[in-house]
Amino acid sequence: MLHKCKFIKQSNICFSLIPSQEWVLNTHKLINELEGIVGKSSVIHHPDDLLVFAYDGLVDTGTPQAVVFPTSTEQVSKVLTLANSRNIPVTPRGAGTGLSGGAIAHAGGIELSLTRMSSILEIDPENRTALVEPGVVNLDLSTAASAHGLYFAPDPSSQRACTIGGNVAENSGGPHCLKYGVTTNHVLALEVVLEDGSVLWLGDAYRGRPGYDLVGALVGSEGMLGVFTKAIVSLLPSPESVRTLLAVFSDIDLASNAVSKVIASGLIPTAMEMMDALTIRAVEKAMNFGYPKDAGAILLIEVDGLEVEVIDAMEQIIEMCYDSGAAAVKHASESKDREMLWAGRKGALGALGALAPNYYLVDGVVPRSKLTDVLQKVSEIGEQYGLPIANVLHAGDGNLHPLIVFDERQKGKKEQAMEAGAKIVEICVNAGGTLTGEHGVGLEKKDFMPLVFNEEDISLMMKLKDTFAPTGLLNPGKMFPDGSSCADFRQINITGTAGLGSWI
Amino acid sequence: MQPLVFADNLIKKPTENEDLYKCVHCGLCLSSCPTYLVTGLETESPRGRIALMKAVHEDRAVLSKQIIPHMELCLQCRACEVACPSGVPFGRLMEATREQIYVQKKEPFLRRLILKIVFHHALPYPRRLYFIGRLLRIFQRLRISQIMRKIPGKIGQLHAQLPSLNGDFFRPSKESFRPKGQAKSRVGLLSGCVMPMTHGSTMEAVVRVLVRNKCEVVVPEAQVCCGALNLHGGDKEQAKEMARRNLKVFYEANIDAIIVASAGCGSTMKEYGDLLKNDSEYAEIAQVMSEKVKDISEFLVELPLDPPEGNLGISVTYQDPCHLAHAQRITDAPRKLLRSIPGVNLIELNSANTCCGAAGLYSTLQPKMSQELQRKKVESVLQVDCEVMATGNPGCAIQLENGLESAGSTIQVKHVIDLLDQSYNV
Repeated sequence: MLHKCKFIKQSNICFSLIPSQEWVLNTHKLINELEGIVGKSSVIHHPDDLLVFAYDGLVDTGTPQAVVFPTSTEQVSKVLTLANSRNIPVTPRGAGTGLSGGAIAHAGGIELSLTRMSSILEIDPENRTALVEPGVVNLDLSTAASAHGLYFAPDPSSQRACTIGGNVAENSGGPHCLKYGVTTNHVLALEVVLEDGSVLWLGDAYRGRPGYDLVGALVGSEGMLGVFTKAIVSLLPSPESVRTLLAVFSDIDLASNAVSKVIASGLIPTAMEMMDALTIRAVEKAMNFGYPKDAGAILLIEVDGLEVEVIDAMEQIIEMCYDSGAAAVKHASESKDREMLWAGRKGALGALGALAPNYYLVDGVVPRSKLTDVLQKVSEIGEQYGLPIANVLHAGDGNLHPLIVFDERQKGKKEQAMEAGAKIVEICVNAGGTLTGEHGVGLEKKDFMPLVFNEEDISLMMKLKDTFAPTGLLNPGKMFPDGSSCADFRQINITGTAGLGSWI
Repeated sequence: MQPLVFADNLIKKPTENEDLYKCVHCGLCLSSCPTYLVTGLETESPRGRIALMKAVHEDRAVLSKQIIPHMELCLQCRACEVACPSGVPFGRLMEATREQIYVQKKEPFLRRLILKIVFHHALPYPRRLYFIGRLLRIFQRLRISQIMRKIPGKIGQLHAQLPSLNGDFFRPSKESFRPKGQAKSRVGLLSGCVMPMTHGSTMEAVVRVLVRNKCEVVVPEAQVCCGALNLHGGDKEQAKEMARRNLKVFYEANIDAIIVASAGCGSTMKEYGDLLKNDSEYAEIAQVMSEKVKDISEFLVELPLDPPEGNLGISVTYQDPCHLAHAQRITDAPRKLLRSIPGVNLIELNSANTCCGAAGLYSTLQPKMSQELQRKKVESVLQVDCEVMATGNPGCAIQLENGLESAGSTIQVKHVIDLLDQSYNV
């Protein structure tokens, strides 16, 4: 199907992106076969329509040759079997809100959109679990579970649009993961379709996990090991009481100190979020919250639990904020007021769109103690490249999201932004941190993998991939470095990969 | 890749290009878009439509027969604007796109002919509209309409969507209604095109409620339809013409506020300033007058409202008209009014702010999607234990009356002001 780049002999992860003649000649026949599986109205292949499936939340794009919308596990299995028999790459896609390019059909081929498999099949309030299809929107699950006093804990900022399938594939986090952990801590079992079309269940609804933790291996596999068609996730009881605090600081330093102080005190807030001055200005411009114009940083801290506990914790945190130099502190306990405090943070990414047409979002993690230091260096990078950099941070986790704002219509700006992003990732790694906190590696950070993993690490990961997906047709071109940095892995001896020619 | 079809070098592009680049394709709009929720297709989502507009703008595609249906399936409900954290003015973008489709004569011939007749020869002429209304009423009274409904296919469908015109039309005998004693303000009332015929009694209720609240109500005879249907259908030039006419009429009426009881018209009139921003003669007056436009509920809650005292003893649910909730961002005012009425038990409707599928001419032009949205809306209304469903727009009211009637429900559809008026007069 695809021509290989010169590194293919060492690794099956490098492709050039020119569709082979075979695809062009056989497109018609293939579309017919796909339509035979999922129905005529569930295959999109007109070039104009495909334009809207070329992107997700990342700046990169890649156009598939067809998008299919299966409605059952059986259909997913048949599509994968067909694709496998013809050596066509398949990229699974949820809502397309991901930020590392996970849903971009980088190598063309078939995009497998799971948005029509969107039923919540069962909520079991007694065992606090839900059986869902992958296309269920994250927030819809929490809304449905709320009837039983339960909710689904992982809450990415895109939760009103993003899907559970995508959350599982990217091991998504969210502001509240500080206390409750990321998606992997909430997935009990998965129905998976492997690249050859075989269907299996991994894990079970009970919390024991005898044998190897294969569910754990699949969560965060970025659509490369299998396609999830059902998931059993655990639900948490809605807390008796929740309080949210918004503290305004004159600069990032003071806010970082407050974060360290709270964590050191032993309290575990559900969330500790920070926004820097540029983000505050963008949010204010888009949504008019009345944030102080001279604010240098805003901290959002949330605590939940039993009422007495929460009141006490909140009092202590307010005091710590003031001790650290907070200029103003607002707090709320009613859900509507709390939502108001959160709205700015949840809409921050999009609000930055009002500053310039594009942003490049970096997702680095650093030790909390290095936050101030790293943010200083990030701002220096911004100055060096003449690009504004806004910061939103899951400060409690040390997960920072520098947003490099640019206009791709200005020549060279996109490349500059990407370069600045690469430097920031390096800074994070040098500070003892890592590449990604929650967005996944995808297309975006695959070339940075050698910064944190050596050849043995990567080789082991690829062995795992080959166990589940030996031909590498699922979401190819993601996670592992290619292009120039491919050379870094030339020595890797890959076992179990398909032989030469499997792509053509 | 296949070559792009219908290439045409003369094609103009949507003009509001800066607006296009505000979209960062984050996808937060997806779950607010009714057509995305029904289809699950990115092509039928705000983000997808913007990607297509961008592609056309950047010459990567043309407004082809493949792209246009995605644009036409958009309800222009603007729910995505509320969801959008980047403040993308999607309504404006879609209006510009529709204008391109209309200007380039991309619609099928028959549809274009009908639209042209409606836009140019009916809507700007209130007398013609009344004439058509009377004709339809005669048909309905002779039960011809009921027979036509049974015709299978499009004709029957069209008749099933028609509102009942059995009530009195709103044709005020005088231009001005004064309260007893000193009037606190002088307001102009937009009659609108369809509402005086489909909801004549509501218009009368609006006048009574305003007079009761010490307003002198002026209903200028020379006013015309607000132009919303033209604007949404792509006929921007005619919409501007109608806007200028209304601006002149209301400006000369020397009033403190323009009151609108139909959400769709209110939203359009509030945007007259934007519509005519490059008009050498009207730009300034449009700016000033559009700031005077108030939805009736918005206007009433800002007053010291004469408290309604009649106890209605009913359970009511409220459906947000899209052009009130999304375009005008008014959601609290109508609820406040309903709660102020003694004996009204307001029960919230599930997904009250999702479009019911009426959307102006949409129900006629896109019957399939419109009916699906109607079905979903009726389903959620039926889950509420209520006697009345209140709303604030004639289009929504007709859509829901028809939907509830077909479902065999006895729930009545009323304008918020109908209930307020009822309470005043118990």
